[in-house]
Amino acid sequence: MRSEPGASVPLKAAAVGGLLFLHLPLALIFLYAFTTEEKSFQFPPPSLTLHWLSVAWFDRPDIWGPLWLSLKVAVLATLIALILGTLAAAALWRARFFGKDSLSLLFILPIALPGIITGIALRSAFDIMSIPFSTWTIVLGHATFCIVVVYNNALARFRRLSPSMIEASVDLGANGAQTFRHVILPQISSALLAGGMLAFALSFDEVIVTTFTAGQQATLPIWMLNELIRPRQRPVTNVVAMIVIAVTFLPILAAYYLTREGEHTGGSGR
Amino acid sequence: MPPAVSFQHVSRHFGHVKAVDDVSLDIFEGEFFAMLGPSGSGKTTCLRLIAGFEQPTSGHIEIFGETAEGLPPYRRNVNTVFQDYALFPHMTVGENVAYGLMIKGVARAEREAKALETLAMVKLKGFDQRRPSQLSGGQRQRVALARALVNQPKVLLLDEPLGALDLKLREQMQEELKALQKELGITFVLVTHDQGEALSMANRVAIFNEGKIVQAGPPADVYEHPRSRFVADFVGSSNVLPPEFAAAHGGTHAWTSLRPEKVRLVRAGEALPAGQFGVSGRVASALYQGAITRIAVELNSTRIIAAIPTGMTTIQEGETVALAWDACNLVAMEAA
Amino acid sequence: MSGAIATNPRSRLSDFFYRHSGLLTFALLLPPLLWIGIVYLGSLFALLLQSFYSLDEFSGLIVHEFTLSTYEQLFTPTNLTIILRTAVMAAAVTLASAILAFPIAYYAARYARGGWKALFYLAVMMPLWSSYLVKVYAWKLILAKEGIVTWVAGKIHLGWLLDALLAMPVIGGSSLSFSYIGTFIVFVYIWLPYMILPTQAALERVPKNFIEASADLGASPRQTFRTVILPLAMPGVIAGSIFTFSLTLGDYIIPQIVGNSRPFIGTTVYALQGTAGDIPLAAAFTVVPVVIMGIYLMIARRMGAFDAL
Repeated sequence: MRSEPGASVPLKAAAVGGLLFLHLPLALIFLYAFTTEEKSFQFPPPSLTLHWLSVAWFDRPDIWGPLWLSLKVAVLATLIALILGTLAAAALWRARFFGKDSLSLLFILPIALPGIITGIALRSAFDIMSIPFSTWTIVLGHATFCIVVVYNNALARFRRLSPSMIEASVDLGANGAQTFRHVILPQISSALLAGGMLAFALSFDEVIVTTFTAGQQATLPIWMLNELIRPRQRPVTNVVAMIVIAVTFLPILAAYYLTREGEHTGGSGR
Repeated sequence: MPPAVSFQHVSRHFGHVKAVDDVSLDIFEGEFFAMLGPSGSGKTTCLRLIAGFEQPTSGHIEIFGETAEGLPPYRRNVNTVFQDYALFPHMTVGENVAYGLMIKGVARAEREAKALETLAMVKLKGFDQRRPSQLSGGQRQRVALARALVNQPKVLLLDEPLGALDLKLREQMQEELKALQKELGITFVLVTHDQGEALSMANRVAIFNEGKIVQAGPPADVYEHPRSRFVADFVGSSNVLPPEFAAAHGGTHAWTSLRPEKVRLVRAGEALPAGQFGVSGRVASALYQGAITRIAVELNSTRIIAAIPTGMTTIQEGETVALAWDACNLVAMEAA
Repeated sequence: MSGAIATNPRSRLSDFFYRHSGLLTFALLLPPLLWIGIVYLGSLFALLLQSFYSLDEFSGLIVHEFTLSTYEQLFTPTNLTIILRTAVMAAAVTLASAILAFPIAYYAARYARGGWKALFYLAVMMPLWSSYLVKVYAWKLILAKEGIVTWVAGKIHLGWLLDALLAMPVIGGSSLSFSYIGTFIVFVYIWLPYMILPTQAALERVPKNFIEASADLGASPRQTFRTVILPLAMPGVIAGSIFTFSLTLGDYIIPQIVGNSRPFIGTTVYALQGTAGDIPLAAAFTVVPVVIMGIYLMIARRMGAFDAL
């Protein structure tokens, strides 16, 4: 480890210990997916088996519906969040007016306030307006808190764009739309992609708001919640949890590499 | 023939700040015009008014006889070289240079050929496939120049273009820019806070202070005949003599400018010829600066700075020296 | 100045927005603002409105008349206990997260370089974004009576300690997954990354020469830490605490899965709107965390935490 002298042993131990605390539990999910003990969480598992993978694939058709619904909702919510989040970031980046801070607070609010409030508020609004539950009621809720993810990513990148670069484009004859297409968009696209990835991951495993906006429909996390409260085959839940980890892991990793590139060389560089 | 750029009573206010305050000015075709002033004096805002990034609060701007206010930058045949170069990092050097032509809809082959040609003109042959991040500061500056020139603007605006370069490179670029301007015949408008840059490159200089032009004219004229204490101090350095002192030492009863290099050392026992006036006093400081030594001589009513060629005599702090100057080098000014 | 008059409509629009750049900003802002304004604030307002209605106890129907009786109900001792229990839990979780997060953030910001830094960052980001439910589930596995904690405690002959812990009056329980300790651990685990990231960001922004200057002026490392680093890191810690505090206040899933089934604000709201069907009281209950967070955000803003978000 290339570190400066001065990182004391207790500090190192605390840092590494903290990271282990964050990661070991996830490893257990994987372990328990292969246990032969079905009824309890006995540790160590009596022995290991691949049986549950095939059970999840062949014998549990109740998994497929929620999986499909979660993917659909995540894609739709991400698209809406991409459009609205980018617009909001562009506007607040340009804005010079008073009250800019309050506006940015407004966009952060859906993740700063507990999810249960968003959930129950949406539900009571649906009640009042007699809107029946559907895929779209779930999407509505998800898009609301996904906007802020895209917004944050886009705004960070917008702020790194130098104003004179945009002036240079206008100076060279490009109007606003042309400048956006040729100069701004290519430079913010990776941040947008990253924001979209994170929004997707966030939506895909959201459960707190979804409970209130789904009605009788089940997304994958709701399916899992039901399994947790009324377990049928515990290891199958672990298999699904592994899938969820995989589906969210890849976009998060991609998002990290997409935004990192910009951070290292931001400003003058590529 | 109308002037290339004409300002008529132009003001630009930002809230209560008068960045540009009732400026009238004509820049003629083919001129190398410099706007010189300290930061915040309004020179950059003037440049941005010509480019179209700012619109005047009041007054009238014409570019080659056509009304410019209300016209967005992309409808003006004026291009800018930015202080930070503002190259597009996601494009190659060649794409950067061809950008303006691409926007105009020039066919790919033609704009690529033009870009290469212009890159060759700024001595960057063979750099077209590189990224801006792979270039040095001086090379980026040349790309910025090429990117503007390829559009054959009627006026080229340069915003502190050499500010980020080191001294040696700056001097070289000064020569090149001047030669390029002569060759192309395009009107250049340079904004700078570096008086040496303005004096060496421009045909005409306007000195800005607090949003106004305080003096304009050919460099030698502005240098030799500063009309105010501000100009005398800002363009080069100057001894500003109070009216009584000036009247008693060869000048008139007015605030008077005397350039340090016009002051000479008087040898012991030397008689002053007609038309020369002198004083003597104690040397408060002597700063060796290579070719010259800058001495400050304390007098009763004032102090005189003299730039003495190094090597004539060694001058020590604390010794008493006699100084002299020609009466014709005393320049009476309008305001203190 | 060729083509001073734009002919095609698109470039005319471009000209228009160039001249009125404020209008362009407004046009960009409008769709997201409408969305948040109508969907989110509108819903919040609807919720607030509900809290001023009441539930008819006999018919079980909502009476659509303005009344404060629901708020009266909110301030019964039982409900106040729930609010207090939740607030204490949120405060404890926030404090523990701050203490756990600081060394990680500090190490990542000051000492980790290059690949290690990237690894650290990813190691914090992954749990932050990975599935909430999966993480809660993982702890159910860990804390279960027959689970890994009991097993490890038995192996290292500390079973007695675990039993003593679980025998403690309030925080104990039949097993870790049925006790306040369990709920607390899971809360800390789930929200910890929300504390690490802003703290690290704030620490990254402490210029290195501040620390050198402090040392140069004769401060010991401990003094430098206390007088220079800690105050500058505080906005980050406070920004993190907004999340840990708020998320704990409103959570209703963790106490259901890991805990002793004593109600928190979240579980109460969930039960009220679900099985009990008492939307007015549920709405009034949610006003509590909103008010608490409102005050919290105001203080945080004054302490400069928003720049660290």
